Amino acid sequence: MLEIRNLHVAIEDGSKKILNGLDLTIHNGEVAAIMGPNGSGKSTLSYVIAGKPDYEILDGEILLDGENLLEMEPDARAAAGVFLAFQYPLEIPGVATMTFLKAAMNAQSRARGEGELKTPDFMRRVKLGAEKLGIPQDMLRRGLNVGFSGGEKKRMEILQMALLEPSIAILDETDSGLDIDALKIVSEGVNALRSADRSFLVITHYQRLLNYIVPDTVHVMSNGRIVKTGGKELALELEANGYADYVSNVAA
Amino acid sequence: MASVTPLKTSAELALMAQGAGLPIARQSAFGRFTEAGLPHRRIEAYHYSDLRSLMKDAPQLAQASGSAPSDTVFGDLDAMVVTIVDGHLVGEVNASLAGVTIATQGDAPDDGLAKDSVFPESGDPVIALNAAFVDQTLKIGITKGAALEKPIHLRFVTTAAVSAYTRAIVNVADGAKVTLIETHEGIAGALSNSVVEFSVGDDVQLDHVRINLVDKAATLLTTLGGRMGARSTVTSGNFVTGSALSRHQVFLRFEGEGSTATISGASLLNGRQHVDTTLVVDHAVPECVSREHFAHVLDGEATGVFQGKIIVRPHAQKTDGKMMSRAVLLMDGATMNNKPELEIFADDVQCGHGATVGALDDDLLFYLRARGLPKPEAEALMLQAFVGEALEMIPHEGVRETLEGLTESWLKARG
Repeated sequence: MLEIRNLHVAIEDGSKKILNGLDLTIHNGEVAAIMGPNGSGKSTLSYVIAGKPDYEILDGEILLDGENLLEMEPDARAAAGVFLAFQYPLEIPGVATMTFLKAAMNAQSRARGEGELKTPDFMRRVKLGAEKLGIPQDMLRRGLNVGFSGGEKKRMEILQMALLEPSIAILDETDSGLDIDALKIVSEGVNALRSADRSFLVITHYQRLLNYIVPDTVHVMSNGRIVKTGGKELALELEANGYADYVSNVAA
Repeated sequence: MASVTPLKTSAELALMAQGAGLPIARQSAFGRFTEAGLPHRRIEAYHYSDLRSLMKDAPQLAQASGSAPSDTVFGDLDAMVVTIVDGHLVGEVNASLAGVTIATQGDAPDDGLAKDSVFPESGDPVIALNAAFVDQTLKIGITKGAALEKPIHLRFVTTAAVSAYTRAIVNVADGAKVTLIETHEGIAGALSNSVVEFSVGDDVQLDHVRINLVDKAATLLTTLGGRMGARSTVTSGNFVTGSALSRHQVFLRFEGEGSTATISGASLLNGRQHVDTTLVVDHAVPECVSREHFAHVLDGEATGVFQGKIIVRPHAQKTDGKMMSRAVLLMDGATMNNKPELEIFADDVQCGHGATVGALDDDLLFYLRARGLPKPEAEALMLQAFVGEALEMIPHEGVRETLEGLTESWLKARG
């Protein structure tokens, strides 16, 4: 279970507050969606959960199964079960995708005090996962994300998610830059990973993604806090009416 | 106006004393050194590597040689090994490899004055000292059309805190294929000054590597001078983790059309190491290609220097030259000096250069850490990839793998 309580966050020089007392609870097995206009703080929330160092935490806590994530380094958070699928996955020239996947999986196993994967087992898991997502083998030999299209990069994020088996997966605008076919493949990849002990936080601007990844709860974010919570029908209502109601509420 | 005679440093005084008994044949080279002394920052080619202040001493000239450790850095790489300990050849000189001839000669070597020398005519003090003090020049010949079945490994070792001067001349006849590896191992306090000259015919493939693994309190000055005939391919890689002070000079001239040279380097430095690579590639004829890629990883208070010059002579049309120097600074105290230069006198050429200096990319580091890699491991992976770009240009797989392994160990030791 992920519990965020009264989270206040500014960018590092403290000049600009981005999150203003955000509260959010996501239960095991739950798929929660966060929707909101540009600049409402959605991406900041995802980075703060994952531990990006550019933010100043002014107040509040983030607990994953009772453990305080804010006291942990980003790699320790990953080993504890946090996974962030980046909106813009980074390219790492010179690091073959396979090498990277193995390093990440082994680092997490070591941090959890488990043994490293045997190479044949690792190869089998990667091959199987890649096939499901339509990732060709030669992409795995190339530098991570180097020369990949937007859709290929997003599929690679989902492959990493499948291999790392997180307990909370955050998808930061995974639908951005995807055509409808890629959106279906990525959504199927996510849906295949839904389970009773894994929760998801799906961040998106548009309701479209939620046709494919159907959420249990929908939260509307504005001005750095959750301003409304509902079921999946809330997404449809937002699609019809826009964010104007929520934005003006706060401004007023 | 009164003329100013600079005070001699202790290294200069030691060198003067050592040069006092030189035979007549060596006195012209030595004279070139005594006139100017050790080069300092007001000499342009040494602006970033002031040997007058960096060289504290010139240890006594090596006399007899000790014995080299039996294991080489390459483990079980099968090579024809020629071992030079404390400036002297060890054992019988014989070529155990088909297509190779090997001999020694005692004549005065080229200090830049020889007819058609590839070295700077204006005189380079490091080469002048080498020409003055070398007693035996090793001459290696690769016969016409020979494709050597294993590499030649010139293994330079110092076993005492002495000055060791060595020279090797390698003639590669038309159509030959050879891999030439130069390793430098040595102990604290030693000064090694080594010059390798190669003369490459037409249709040759020569792959050369210089590896500096000397003690971090040793000085290593090396020079590579080469000329290339037509349609030949030369690669030369430089790998440095050793020495307090290192300068590697490369002077390469294209003399036949349709040739390609790929020159690369990777230096991994920490503490107060000072490591210089100075390169002059002279496109004297048309239609040749040169690629230069240098990577520096600088930790602690280390200093890296890259000076690279591509010269394109007036009739050297269709020259294609690209030079890149990239450095990563891991600490605030580290320094990188980049001086890329193009001197182009022809009008139909493609030449470019680039230089970057910076820290590791924070966003990339976060991406790797968000996947579970602890900070040192994430940095090591990024640095391995950074260095890998330069190592990729070394064609010999065994050598490349050894250097990748040395890189990995260096990164592990960083912690």
